[in-house]
Amino acid sequence: MQLFSESLQTAFYLIVSGNSDLFEIIMLSIKVSLTSLLGSIVIGLPLGAFLAIHRFRLRSIILSILNALMGMPPVVVGLIVYLYLSRSGPLGFLSLLYTPTAMIIAQMLLVIPIIAALSTQIIEDLHIEYRDLFRSLNVSTFKAIMAYIIDARMSLLTVILAGFGRAISEVGAVSIVGGNIDHLTRVMTTAIALETSRGNLSLALALGFILLAIALGVNIFAVKVKNWAMDK
Amino acid sequence: MFETSYSEAPFKFELIPIKLRSVSFQKLGNNLIDDISLSINSKGITIILGPNGAGKSILMRLLHGLEKPSSGEVLFNGINLNNTIRLKQAMVFQNAVLLRRTAIENLSFVVSLQRPKQTSNLNKLLQEVGLYEKKNLPARRLSGGEKQRLSLARALVSRPEILLLDEPTASLDPYSVQMIETLLIKLRNQNTKIIFITHDLNQARRLAEDIIFIHKGKLEAYQSAREFFNNPESKFAQAFVQGKLIF
Ligand SMILES: Nc1ncnc2c1ncn2[C@@H]1O[C@H](COP(=O)(O)OP(=O)(O)OP(=O)(O)O)[C@@H](O)[C@H]1O
Ligand SMILES: [Mg+2]
Repeated sequence: MQLFSESLQTAFYLIVSGNSDLFEIIMLSIKVSLTSLLGSIVIGLPLGAFLAIHRFRLRSIILSILNALMGMPPVVVGLIVYLYLSRSGPLGFLSLLYTPTAMIIAQMLLVIPIIAALSTQIIEDLHIEYRDLFRSLNVSTFKAIMAYIIDARMSLLTVILAGFGRAISEVGAVSIVGGNIDHLTRVMTTAIALETSRGNLSLALALGFILLAIALGVNIFAVKVKNWAMDK
Repeated sequence: MFETSYSEAPFKFELIPIKLRSVSFQKLGNNLIDDISLSINSKGITIILGPNGAGKSILMRLLHGLEKPSSGEVLFNGINLNNTIRLKQAMVFQNAVLLRRTAIENLSFVVSLQRPKQTSNLNKLLQEVGLYEKKNLPARRLSGGEKQRLSLARALVSRPEILLLDEPTASLDPYSVQMIETLLIKLRNQNTKIIFITHDLNQARRLAEDIIFIHKGKLEAYQSAREFFNNPESKFAQAFVQGKLIF
């Protein structure tokens, strides 16, 4: 217990004193996660919209795959990306292994299924509601998708926040493909794992608090957004 | 009392006659519309009557191209229903479909689709259906009757030559019914062709120039309103007018 309270004190000291190692790790975490989130939105949202409004033979198969991927253990995703990016792998020539880019790729594979699968459901509901009206008004597919995204923006935002949560809190995949290299690919989660195993609990705790604060902040924001949308 | 927002010249009924040629519509082996042939030449308000489940809404969806006939043709002034004709129509659905936006944004959405943009006074349209005070309210916060009036206003944004209305006054209070009827008469006087589904026989008496009566997907009568109420062509129509049609 004494260890805990001491670590707690040091953790707070590290945070308030603006420890540069700590902030480097935090900034890299946020940078990697936001980048992968952005990439996942760019790919996942149109994919979700497409699946929501088109009926074709492979559709249910794609949806099942996306749903399965949503629950895929991150270490497995990490392993797959590792195999592709490793020197002898098919994409080895890109020399991406142990770089932030590799971590972004792995996180995108984790987040795209969440965004695509959940936005498919949201947009499909809206599509069923609006379909007759849009055909009546001769709305083009592009404009219809824009309208779905605009009108479902609050629900879609909560989906995006869920995706961000998965990206920033994930440890298995990024440690495999990033390698947890100091000053290069060390992010909050991998640093916590490492510092804990080293017995350096105060740094681990400080990072843990910040991760918790981010996750909590994102969740509170999501709830706020949802309540606000309910009033609309 | 209700100023119309239309300042342009009246239409010239370029899409009349409206003709159905042996139109049938099947779903899951059921003949929901059963070999209907019909030529609507009237320039007044055409009212479609018939019991619940008769096929009135489906008939209207066929006229609007939301459903394709299983066989037969729908012609407007001799031309098969196509996108150009569809864009000159507007339909108000039995269950109002409103965008999850404010009342006024539901109207401006239609403007945003137009190429080139037409000038339309959206505020005035909202006034005409008595919703100006609620223009910034989310559409889903409106009452049932207000939703119906909003969808009518939205249908008018594109200044349609043909207006298809599926029970647009079904959940309106008497004052609002009167307001909408006044508006429809004004539109008719500017040569908008109106086809209108209702269950209100008095309303049909007030507004209709001619009446289409369908029963179980079949056309039972197509007559001028006066003939229809005095001497209906079909025994089903007679029973219906007397409130005795059992099916
Ligand atoms: N997709 C469909 N598949 C099977 N049956 C359908 C389908 N759509 C409509 N029907 C049936 O067709 C019949 C006519 O429907 P429609 O909506 O045109 O009735 P209506 O005359 O408008 O009735 P109401 O006065 O209640 O509005 C109904 O019995 C309905 O159940
Ligand atoms: Mg109906």
